[in-house]
Amino acid sequence: MYQLLKQIAKTGIKTEAAPQADETMRVLQQRLQEGILRYLGRALAIRHVDAGSCNGCELEIHATNSPYYNLEQLGIKFVASPRHADMLLVTGPVSRHMETALKRTYEATPDPKLVVAIGDCGCSGGIFGESYASCGSVANVIPVDVAVPGCPPSPLAIMQGILTAISK
Amino acid sequence: MRLPEFSIDAQVLPGAMPAFRASVNAEELRALCETARSQKARLVALWGSDEMERGEGYALHLAFAVPSGLLWLTVPLPREHPIYPGIADICPSADRMQRAACDLVGIRALNNSDQRKWLRHGAWPDGTFPLRKDFKIASRFPAADDRYPFIKVEGEGVHEIPVGPVHAGTIEPGHFRFSIVGEKILRLEERLGYKHKGIEKRFEIMTLEEGARLAGRISGDSTVAYAWAYAMAVEGISEATEFPPRALALRGIFLELERVANHLGDLGYLGNDVGLSFGFFQFWRLKEDVLRLNSELFGHRYLMDLVVPGGVARDLPRREAVLLLDQLEKIQREVVTLKSIYDEHAGAQDRFIMTGKVSLELAEKLGLTGFAGRASGICRDLRIDYPISPYQGLGVQLASHPRGDVAARVSVRFDELAESIRLIQTLVQQLPSGETRIALANAAKGRAGMGWVEGWRGEILVALEAGENNTIHRCHAHDPSWQNWPVLQHAIIGNIVPDFPLINKSFNLSYSGHDL
Repeated sequence: MYQLLKQIAKTGIKTEAAPQADETMRVLQQRLQEGILRYLGRALAIRHVDAGSCNGCELEIHATNSPYYNLEQLGIKFVASPRHADMLLVTGPVSRHMETALKRTYEATPDPKLVVAIGDCGCSGGIFGESYASCGSVANVIPVDVAVPGCPPSPLAIMQGILTAISK
Repeated sequence: MRLPEFSIDAQVLPGAMPAFRASVNAEELRALCETARSQKARLVALWGSDEMERGEGYALHLAFAVPSGLLWLTVPLPREHPIYPGIADICPSADRMQRAACDLVGIRALNNSDQRKWLRHGAWPDGTFPLRKDFKIASRFPAADDRYPFIKVEGEGVHEIPVGPVHAGTIEPGHFRFSIVGEKILRLEERLGYKHKGIEKRFEIMTLEEGARLAGRISGDSTVAYAWAYAMAVEGISEATEFPPRALALRGIFLELERVANHLGDLGYLGNDVGLSFGFFQFWRLKEDVLRLNSELFGHRYLMDLVVPGGVARDLPRREAVLLLDQLEKIQREVVTLKSIYDEHAGAQDRFIMTGKVSLELAEKLGLTGFAGRASGICRDLRIDYPISPYQGLGVQLASHPRGDVAARVSVRFDELAESIRLIQTLVQQLPSGETRIALANAAKGRAGMGWVEGWRGEILVALEAGENNTIHRCHAHDPSWQNWPVLQHAIIGNIVPDFPLINKSFNLSYSGHDL
């Protein structure tokens, strides 16, 4: 236990400053009223849905919870069920085999809700494009508020996307 | 040349890894597989292809790892009734691969006890096959029926827990059907294929050069391993014999950095999954340090698109090499401290030890591969068994453990982490001078190449055949998860439901690499 506490003390606080919202990522005009945004912005619950990615974007979503980025310091946390979520964070492309699951997850998320598409594939279908097995972008399947490009987008870009979605 | 183990004639495939190719009849197949099993050769991959354009019907392909290298067997199948004798009773890992080849190419294994579909859900109907040449990539079918008969466990008090495809954490999609009594798991049945996005079909509308980018996105956490395997296959096709040693050393550095980053991340999550969130924060801090260094030195956090056919896309200047060595030394010191904390943490060890056990006998039977195989006592590692440049002469140390439980997989990851850091240090210190990329000759139509790389998860294979004008006739990419997913179904038996996330994470298998 001594060694563990010593390691914690030695490491110190690594968390860095959070990024600002980035309006260039916005796809749909803000759908939510300012009052609601004020509440959501202070305790946002996110449900992540991997709708067919290569797993690269997932690595960076994990990293947003790591000590350097520490997404939870902003009052933003990931939840286990869409029924508890305010926002869906969706990576793509949406495979045809995940199309129904994604739609059902969207329907299970209570209103008011926001959707952030992550990565080049989530934005446009990326290198996988549209085909017999791929629906392409997330917006082809459910409404998307904010889209974050990148292959994969950095943890900071993902945080910017989330913050953009809850800003006026 | 003659392969004495199999008494067949095989042609040597040009390329970095020792590989041979032979054509055999369907009638000989089972006897060959029996021989392979008795020789302890393991089935690496099985796939199908459409050879109509060459006037040859269809083909079944198998790749076996034999002592002298990789043996690629091709079995021609007739245009009418493309069927062959199934081999899953001899090589159990063939079961799902045979079913996938049936879904994608329409070649069917006879006598397979399991005739259910595997990769096909509802995106295309029964009777159409995406990897046949007359199937258009843009075809869209109305969602077909997607019923899948799971095997039911009956008895007093037995009930089912269905999980997924959308999971509770930030994980890839797949479906798990648990049959349990109380907390105890009697049976787990996996259903995969949710991420099937037509990767193999997409290769066929690309040139050999363009394919490199797609290969690097088959499984994002293994981008270097896939890109290298793909590049190795293309270079074999182009018969690139004089290859710059600097490029190979840099590929080795990238591959080991990928192993370091993934093992760090998983060691963090394994701590987290037993309630030691300290481990998550510590290891993810170190992982982030590696990713930032990757970005600074090579321009990409996960080293995507750095391995290209003909060499590498980025060099490592001397000044930056010093930076890399400094950082790795710091990380190594921290890992030593963290390992002693993990080792002495009674709560963590109590959850790790004897959880999710896979015996050596089972591991060998089912063909468990990669670090998970080594954690069950299978002493195999491509970097050691077939030491091609840059691993030649480095004396790669095998990490293994006899017990096969979560603790063994944790232990092997720690050992591999230390060994990878040593390998990177040596490769950087001995970095040869010279070119980092060469131009490749045009590929002749019909030429075949093979790439085979020990990725962090296990052995990754890319089998490639060139079409006209540097296009791709067929590219099959094989992830080690094909072998390891069925083993997870066994590892979980008799454990309790709350230990599933821990056991699952200790293997950390790929969905995208499997579903293609």
